[in-house]
Amino acid sequence: MIFRISRSCFSSISVKLPPFKVHHLELDQLPQTTTTTSAELLAYYKSMQLQRRMEIACDNLYKQRLIRGFLHLADGQESIYEGLHAALTFDDCVITAYRDHCIALLRGDTPHQIIAEMMAKQTGSTKGKGGSMHYYKKATNFYGGHGIVGAQIPLGTGLAFAQKYNKKPNVTLIMFGDGAANQGQLYEAANMAQLWHLPAIYFIENNLFGMGTSIDRASANTKFYTRGDVIPGIQIDGNNVFQVRETLKFAKKHCLDKGPIFIEAMTYRYHGHSMSDPGVTYRTREEVQQQRKTRDCINYVKNIILENKVADEHQLEEIDNTAQNEIDIAVEQAKVDPVPPSTELTTDVYVDNQNHFIRGILYKDSILPKSQ
Amino acid sequence: MLRIVHKLRCGFAKMTVREAINSAMAQEIERDQNVFLIGEEVGQYQGAYKVSKGLYDRFGKSRIWDTPITEAGFTGLSVGAAMYGLKPIVEFMTFNFAMQAIDHVINSAAKLHYMSAGGLKTSIVFRGINGAAAAVAAQHSQCFAAWYSQVPGLIVLSPYDCDDARGLLKAAVRNPNPVVFLENEIMYNEAFEVPDNVMDKDYLIPIGKAKIMREGKDVTIVTFSKMVKFSMLAAAELEREGISCEVINLRTLKPLDRNTVIESIKKTHRVVTVEEGWGQCGIGAEICSIINETNAFFHLDAPVVRVTGADIPTPYAFNLEELSFPKTHNIVEAVKLVLK
Repeated sequence: MIFRISRSCFSSISVKLPPFKVHHLELDQLPQTTTTTSAELLAYYKSMQLQRRMEIACDNLYKQRLIRGFLHLADGQESIYEGLHAALTFDDCVITAYRDHCIALLRGDTPHQIIAEMMAKQTGSTKGKGGSMHYYKKATNFYGGHGIVGAQIPLGTGLAFAQKYNKKPNVTLIMFGDGAANQGQLYEAANMAQLWHLPAIYFIENNLFGMGTSIDRASANTKFYTRGDVIPGIQIDGNNVFQVRETLKFAKKHCLDKGPIFIEAMTYRYHGHSMSDPGVTYRTREEVQQQRKTRDCINYVKNIILENKVADEHQLEEIDNTAQNEIDIAVEQAKVDPVPPSTELTTDVYVDNQNHFIRGILYKDSILPKSQ
Repeated sequence: MLRIVHKLRCGFAKMTVREAINSAMAQEIERDQNVFLIGEEVGQYQGAYKVSKGLYDRFGKSRIWDTPITEAGFTGLSVGAAMYGLKPIVEFMTFNFAMQAIDHVINSAAKLHYMSAGGLKTSIVFRGINGAAAAVAAQHSQCFAAWYSQVPGLIVLSPYDCDDARGLLKAAVRNPNPVVFLENEIMYNEAFEVPDNVMDKDYLIPIGKAKIMREGKDVTIVTFSKMVKFSMLAAAELEREGISCEVINLRTLKPLDRNTVIESIKKTHRVVTVEEGWGQCGIGAEICSIINETNAFFHLDAPVVRVTGADIPTPYAFNLEELSFPKTHNIVEAVKLVLK
C-alpha cells in the first residue's frame, strides 16, 4: 500500500498516515501526517531487514535441529518493533510474551547473542539457560520474554506502577497478542492501571490468529482497542512503522498525563504460531502470499525510499546483503561457541546461590550451601 | 511508635503474633522507601485479620495499597514492580486465594532469576494465613507448605511465635529472593513474652536455621507453625510420664535445616514429624526422605512416625473438624508409637 508522499524540501519527507480508529478519544488529537528523512528511512529499512533476516535464519536453524523446543517467529511484524524503538527510550520499559527476538535485538542484544541463546550456547543472552522465550535486559529496561500467555500483562502493569512510584517521566509498553487479549488478568491489571493512573500502554499485536484460532472464533468483541472499556483506545496499521511511532509518542504523552491506553496494531505473521504450526490449516497460502505482496512492512518503507529517490534498488540490495552478512557471521560464530559448562546447571537459582541447598538427581550430587 | 501490649518486667514485653507481624512490617516500611504493602483490605479496612492495623494511617496510600479482588492481577503487578526494583509485601487474605495467582509466584517470580541467568530478580514477600482456621470448611483450610516448598528459587518460611514472626518477616523483606511466608490465623491471637532485643528494628533470624524449642533425649519432634504449640504441650505431658522430647521448630521450610534434624536424631534415635497439611508428598514425607538419604538413617532405632492432617477436604462440623487435624493427644500417641 503506497500513500501519497510529498517532498517539501531536500531533507524532510512528509508521510501521510493511514486512518486511525479511536475509542474515548477524538480523531483530531492524532496526527494525519508525519515527517521523515533519508537517513531515517534507510535506518528503518536496514534495521527491519536485520530483524527479518534474523528470524528467517532461526527458521533454518530450527529445521536443522540446531534450535530446539519452541520457536515463535515475528517475521512480518518488524514495523511494530521498529516503531516502538523509534518512539520510546531505554528508560521506558518494554515487556512481551515469547515472540520476543526482535525486541531483544532492538533493546541491545546482538544478533550473535540472540542466535547463540537459541542454539543453547554459553555465549547466548541468558547463557543458554533461557532459550527463545526468555530474553531480558535490565540495563535497557527490557523485562522479557515470558512463556505463559497473558502473564506479562500484570507484570508490565507492575513496571508502570514502579515507574510512577519512583516518579519517573517514563512509561511501560505491555505487548500481547489477540489471543492473550481475552485473558482475565488483562482486565484485572488494566482495572488497577486505570484506578491508579498508571503509565501503562496495553499494546495488542493483532495478527488475526491466536495460535490456530481466528479472532472471530475466540473473541466476542474483536475491536480490541475498545476492550479497555473506560480506558481510551486506538486502532492502527501495525505494518506502518510511522503510524506505530507516532501513535506511541501520543500514547506516552497520554499515559504520563492521564493514565493507561489501549493500542491495537493490525499486523500479520508470515510463519505459523510456532515452528510446529505450518500456518496454513487455519488460513490459506493465498492469504499469506497476498499479505506479503500488498502489506509487507519492509516493502512499504522500500517504496517510499524508491519513490523519493533516497536510494535505488542496487543500493537497497547492498543493504540487504550487509544485513544478511551480519546474520550469517552471527550464525557461524554461534555454531562454534561452546555449550554452557555443566556447573551452570545449578547457578542462578537464587540471588545468593551460595547460601542454598540445591538437590542433585541423586542426593550425593547435591550442592551444599557454602557454610556447610 | 511500637505498641507494646504489656510491659511485664525490665527487658520484656508481651505481644500477640498479630502485633509482631504488624510491628515488623511497620519497621521495614519505615526503613526502606522501596518496601510497600499491597493486598485486599490491607489499608483503610485495617486488614481483614487486622494484621496491618494502623499502617495506612501511619504511612498513607502511597505505601499501603488496597486492591480490588483480583489476585492474579495484583500478584503479577507486584512481581512486576519487584522486577523494576521495588520490594512489595503482598498479602493474600488466605493462601487458598493465592491459587488464583500461583502462576505469578512460581513462573513469574521463582524461576525468573534462573531463566534470566541472573539478569533479573524479585525481592518480594508473599504472606498470608495458611492451613486450617476454625469452621471455615474445605475451600478455606488448605495448608500449602508442601506445594511452595518444592519450588526451586523460592524461600518458604513459617513462623510459630512472636520471635519467629518478627525475625523471619524482617529477614524475608530484606532477602533478595522471592519469599513465601506462611502465617497461621489461630496463632495471631496468641501472646508471647518478647525480650527487648526482639523488638529491635534490625532484629533478624537467619533463614535456613531451625530452632530447638525444647531439648530432650528420647524422641525428636520435627514441626512448624501452629503445630509447634501442640508439640510443646505434648512434650510437657510426656515429660510427666518420664519421656523426654526434643522439639524442633523448623522456621524455614525451604531451605530446610537438615543438619539440626540430623544432629538431633544422633542424640534421640527416634523421630516424629508433625504437620497440619495432607500427608502425601508433605513436609513429613520430606523429613523421612532426608533421613533416609543421609547417615541419619543409621542412627534410627525405629521408623519415622508422621502425624499429618487427614486425607480429606476439611469438613465444617465441629466434631468432624476436630478429627481432621493433629491435636496434642495425637502427638503424644505418635511419640509412644515410635518408642514401642
